Amino acid sequence: MNAFLYELRRAPLSAKFGCTVVLFYIAVAIFAPVLAPFGESEVVGYEYQAWSTENWLGTDSLGRDMATRMIYGARNTIGIALVTTIIAFAAGSAAGFFAAVMQGWVDQALSRAVDVVISIPTLIFALLLLTIFGASVTSLVGVIALIYATFVYRIARAVAMGIVVMDYVEAAQVRGEGLWWIMRKEILPNAAPPLVAEFGLRFCFVFLTISGLSFLGLGIQPPAADWGSMVRENASLITFGDLTPLIPAAAIGLLTVAVNFIVDWMLHKASGLKT
Amino acid sequence: MTQDTTPLLMMQNLQIEGLSEDRWTPIVKGVDVTLGKGEVLGLIGESGAGKSTIGLGAMGYVRDGCRFSGGTVHFDGIELTTADRETRRNLRSTRIAYVAQSAAASFNPAFKLIDQHTEFPVRRGLMSRKEARQDAISLYRQLQLPNPEEIGFRYPHQVSGGQLQRAMTAMAMACRPDLIIFDEPTTALDVTTQIEVLSAIREIVDQFGTSAIYITHDLAVVAQMADRITVLRHGSEVESADTASMLNAPQEDYTKSLWAVRSFTSAKKAAVSEGQTPVVSLKTITATYPGMGKPVLDDVSIDFHAGRTVAVVGESGSGKSTTARSLMGLLPPVSGGIELGGAPLAPDFRKRSKAELQSVQMIYQMADTALNPKQRIRDIIGRPMTYYRGLKGRQLTEEIRALLHSIELEPDQYINRLPSELSGGQKQRIGIARTLAAAPKLVICDEVTSALDQLVAEGILRLLDKLQRDHDLAYMFITHDISTVRAIADEVVVMQQGQIVEQGPKDQIFAPPFAPYTGLLLSSVPEMDPTWLDRVLCDREAKRA
Repeated sequence: MNAFLYELRRAPLSAKFGCTVVLFYIAVAIFAPVLAPFGESEVVGYEYQAWSTENWLGTDSLGRDMATRMIYGARNTIGIALVTTIIAFAAGSAAGFFAAVMQGWVDQALSRAVDVVISIPTLIFALLLLTIFGASVTSLVGVIALIYATFVYRIARAVAMGIVVMDYVEAAQVRGEGLWWIMRKEILPNAAPPLVAEFGLRFCFVFLTISGLSFLGLGIQPPAADWGSMVRENASLITFGDLTPLIPAAAIGLLTVAVNFIVDWMLHKASGLKT
Repeated sequence: MTQDTTPLLMMQNLQIEGLSEDRWTPIVKGVDVTLGKGEVLGLIGESGAGKSTIGLGAMGYVRDGCRFSGGTVHFDGIELTTADRETRRNLRSTRIAYVAQSAAASFNPAFKLIDQHTEFPVRRGLMSRKEARQDAISLYRQLQLPNPEEIGFRYPHQVSGGQLQRAMTAMAMACRPDLIIFDEPTTALDVTTQIEVLSAIREIVDQFGTSAIYITHDLAVVAQMADRITVLRHGSEVESADTASMLNAPQEDYTKSLWAVRSFTSAKKAAVSEGQTPVVSLKTITATYPGMGKPVLDDVSIDFHAGRTVAVVGESGSGKSTTARSLMGLLPPVSGGIELGGAPLAPDFRKRSKAELQSVQMIYQMADTALNPKQRIRDIIGRPMTYYRGLKGRQLTEEIRALLHSIELEPDQYINRLPSELSGGQKQRIGIARTLAAAPKLVICDEVTSALDQLVAEGILRLLDKLQRDHDLAYMFITHDISTVRAIADEVVVMQQGQIVEQGPKDQIFAPPFAPYTGLLLSSVPEMDPTWLDRVLCDREAKRA
């Protein structure tokens, strides 16, 4: 932990900015009930009220407080995106390592199956699956995790391929170690840096996909607040010169930029460049 | 050797620093080098002594993350440390050339040799493309490359390592430089190939009166090549003298210790008693790589006895390592059998029991890739103990500490380190400790000392010898270094093209009359005598005639 703080102190300004923003978002998500002035789906006044001291960002199309929904939206959108990304990474790396260790037909079968999924455009495939399985949070997480696991698989496999040929992996195999040990103890620690960097990047994509799906009405379902659907529900305000619908959009944008700053920094560290 | 009075290269009090962990630490601490025209200087020392850094410094160049921090480099009246980029660039391509250790990594794989060769003379406007090609072919001929007319039109991967190294020397000669820096040009080659490259380099340097700096860690090689030798250690000069006096009467203790390295010999062991079952025996095994018709191992039989060392020698590609891989079950033999204590052993390692796997362990050549960089020493050594012998908790820690003691590393200091926090020799010791942790019967040592400096290598050999006596281990010792074999072997197996050409007790193999291939191998091993190369070349010429 101390080592991490030490690294952070020496990090470039962009990375510090990224960390600050991400920490702020996390704090907001965790303490949402304390921070929010109203309940998540509580109707507090008329529709489309302007910004005021009571309703900081006005109210939405149903008369709910925008500021409150922004705060709860952080919780839903980030929470679901995080869970989805974690599942995608767990499944994708496990399958990728497995393919790299086994090689031969196992590798072929897995890789070709993944190629098929990747060849279908992400959003269209997600829409298709969500139409089949229905738009619940579970199926949303499942479908997006499946799609993103395929991207993770390709990276995990490529990284692991370079590690499997190392003598220490051969030494472990000849020692008689099982598959699980080799994947967990020999490959994972060495494959971690690129995967961690990729995690940040993929987290943004997952986040954007969920927001996009919510905007289309297939993501997080009402009355739960999330930024994507908040943009959609209040989009018509733009025509009246009101900037409120851009605020959830800006929240999405800011988080994406912040996470990417951190990822750039980590990639730079992992690459071992000195300047 | 003609010597002008004004030196070609003069480095005075050269200091170079490198950036590590955000601090500038000195790599070269004030070295003086003077090189006359047509003179060959040998730079010698262990790895990390700053040899290559000085070699590059002579070109006014420092590696990434390094800088000149003091001193001067005068090349023919030009001060290189302060000269501007363009001046240095012009000098480097035409008047100073560099021959790197790995020619394979230094040639661009996408272009033909001759196109890379002619690039500089043509770009500098020294020759037309046609003249440059003619010149390249004549250089190839002088360096005794086969088919000089045609070899330049091949790609780097289509010629052998020794040929590539000679092609690189030819390329360095393309602009007829005044100074060539040879950075370990033969270290990666077999002895039989090395001798060809050495003689070619020496001849061409002589012929054009080129000055050269010859960097190596092999004393016997430098003795053949250099007029003068400078010994380096930790970035400082230890001593400097002309070759003959340096070899005959070294002044400093460190130099003497370098000279004495090859003195180690394992004490003689009792002969194997009649009818004793070997620990492991290979019985007429034949192996092929999938998809290749010709067997890579053909009818190989070797017996390994407890407490004895079998050295397997041969050039690269002779099947030494393949034999080890077959024995380990990584490349299951297609015919023949492997026996462990008289009982048959499954050809594929996946079908062997834990106890069977435990009895045969391997030490790898490259400790860097053989140790997981993310595991601590405690885990690397502890895992085989837990896995094979079920040791846990306090008992495990005790055992790890005892083992670290026996490989001469202080337990408190090393037990929690990562491999990256160790030197090359220490890593190899950990590699040895990992195999011992399994309590094996046969240990396969695959070129364990070839990536190490001579002093460090000798320490490893002594350690292996001690451990063999303590634990009554059988060793299969794979190497291409004959002096190592002389030091440690009880029996010798000579391999060529996947077959055993000769096998028997060391004294018998290494005493005349030699089998033809063994004789060639033995006569190719460089000796400290500066006249050795001339003698060998004369002998071979005489035999051919």
